[in-house]
Amino acid sequence: MSSPISHTAHGDAPLSSAKHPDPAGAPEHLAPQQGDVLVGRSVTIDRPREDLYAFWRDFTNLPLFMRNIHSVTIQDSAHSHWVIEAPAGKTVEWDSKITQDEAGRLIAWESLEGASVRNSGRVEFIDSPDGRGTVVRVTLTYDPPGGAVGKLIAKLFQKEPKIQARQDLRRFKQLMETGEVSTARPPDAAPRA
Amino acid sequence: MRALTWHGKHDVRVDTVADPQIVNPRDAIIKITSTAICGSDLHLYDHTIPTMKAGDVLGHEFMGEVVEVGPGNSKLKVGQRVVVPFVIACGQCYFCKQQQFAACDNSNPAETADMSEFLYGYPMTGAFGYSHLTGGYAGGQAEYVRVPYADVGPILIPDGIEDEKVLFLSDILPTGWMAADNCDIKATDTVAVWGCGPVGLFAVQSAFALGAHRVIAIDHFPHRLDLAKSMGAEVINFEEVEVREALVEMTGGIGPDACIDAVGMESHGLTADSVMDRVKAAVKLVTDQTHGLRQVIIACRKGGKVSIPGVYGGVTDKFPIGALMEKGLSIKSGQTHVQKYMQQLLDLIMEGKLDTTFLISHRLSLEDAPTGYKIFKERQNDVTKVVLKPDGVPRH
Repeated sequence: MSSPISHTAHGDAPLSSAKHPDPAGAPEHLAPQQGDVLVGRSVTIDRPREDLYAFWRDFTNLPLFMRNIHSVTIQDSAHSHWVIEAPAGKTVEWDSKITQDEAGRLIAWESLEGASVRNSGRVEFIDSPDGRGTVVRVTLTYDPPGGAVGKLIAKLFQKEPKIQARQDLRRFKQLMETGEVSTARPPDAAPRA
Repeated sequence: MRALTWHGKHDVRVDTVADPQIVNPRDAIIKITSTAICGSDLHLYDHTIPTMKAGDVLGHEFMGEVVEVGPGNSKLKVGQRVVVPFVIACGQCYFCKQQQFAACDNSNPAETADMSEFLYGYPMTGAFGYSHLTGGYAGGQAEYVRVPYADVGPILIPDGIEDEKVLFLSDILPTGWMAADNCDIKATDTVAVWGCGPVGLFAVQSAFALGAHRVIAIDHFPHRLDLAKSMGAEVINFEEVEVREALVEMTGGIGPDACIDAVGMESHGLTADSVMDRVKAAVKLVTDQTHGLRQVIIACRKGGKVSIPGVYGGVTDKFPIGALMEKGLSIKSGQTHVQKYMQQLLDLIMEGKLDTTFLISHRLSLEDAPTGYKIFKERQNDVTKVVLKPDGVPRH
């Protein structure tokens, strides 16, 4: 389940698990730029990779399990417009294009010129070697802007992406394996004192 | 509806709260006919489990009648009687398919699963009425409850058998059974059980049912020891004797082949280590008081088996790792895979081979639930199990 961009120089661990933001020996084109945030997370889902790829490739499905996405509008086969919910009721928007698309295996994307938060990402779908389904591996990089507005956005995109990716992937797994997203939310919970 | 809600240490109240509703397609709403207070609810009552919030509805041992079924649930029908497992399991993840239901990967909501991932390395399963570590799901000490993944957990109960004969399928009966099952009992085995609370007593019963040659039960409450004795166990009162020495002598110098810790994280005792535990817990250096477990590991024979159904949640110290390693003990533990055991245990109940009703000492209305907690906490000798009847109607 190796991926050419995701490994540290020594050992088989993914770059996103490195203790230091700029791991010594990482090939230059793979090491995150100063200020970039790199997030990686894998989850094994007990469904064929073709199913998972197809569900993800229809970006309009993403808000079903990605909690901070307000909407994704498809422009053409490679281009889409994303509206993301930011703190304090604000939204952040950008256009994105698909840079790699291998049916049943891989989708990679990056934001276009002019995005307030430059970002790129890829999701890989790999047969689990032990027959447990599909390993879904997401790798994201963000380059939050500077300035006052940037600070607010940075709060979302520097501290939150790892949490967001972790929770989004859990919801994706729940939805794909059980058909629903687990929740204990009210009305079943009692009123809070 | 009315429900027993948690508000803080030793503060539980019956409040009027919103009725539960179907949220997800596979949900069902159950009208509770019988629900029990579990020994592990006392950990919540004592506030030794973190992530509780004021207003949480407690209760994870319950049964009742299906009153509403979600559009994606083709198993349950309105009017059916069911017992609901305390573990919420999706039935479709890798773990559920291995029958490791208490390790379900999907039932803890994505947002609350973070806490157990940080504490334990991986996110834990969802459960009813047992803090926000396990999802913050409203529990069943209430008139109604929403049951997620209700096409997997609830087991159908035939008419004509009273609630009290099957209620404990929800937790303590399979928990006692799994505790014994985890000992991989051989016909020549002597099994020692620490703690004669409900789980310990069911572990005694289960160990005999699974073929144990002898069972030795350990506690300090005379009435609970009498119950263990009535099931055929030999008993040790730890206030009267030194437990390891007694076990060594009772087993001809060999020691028990399998040892079950049915006490858990608030272990009693006046030995030096347990006093230190209490001091350290008071200043938050440790969370779990484990005198009983230390004794279990020291008393177990070389190459023996240790089973831990007792609940622990955090960290401890003075753990006898040397005795564990040098003696070559095997340890099995875990929250109970209730769904794995329910059908076989229901069959044994229906055949008259297992009786669980002996345990019930008190039957109260839901409105009296706070009294139930208080007496279960304070009068452990004679209050062995409290069953609440939210609708006040005996069921057959």
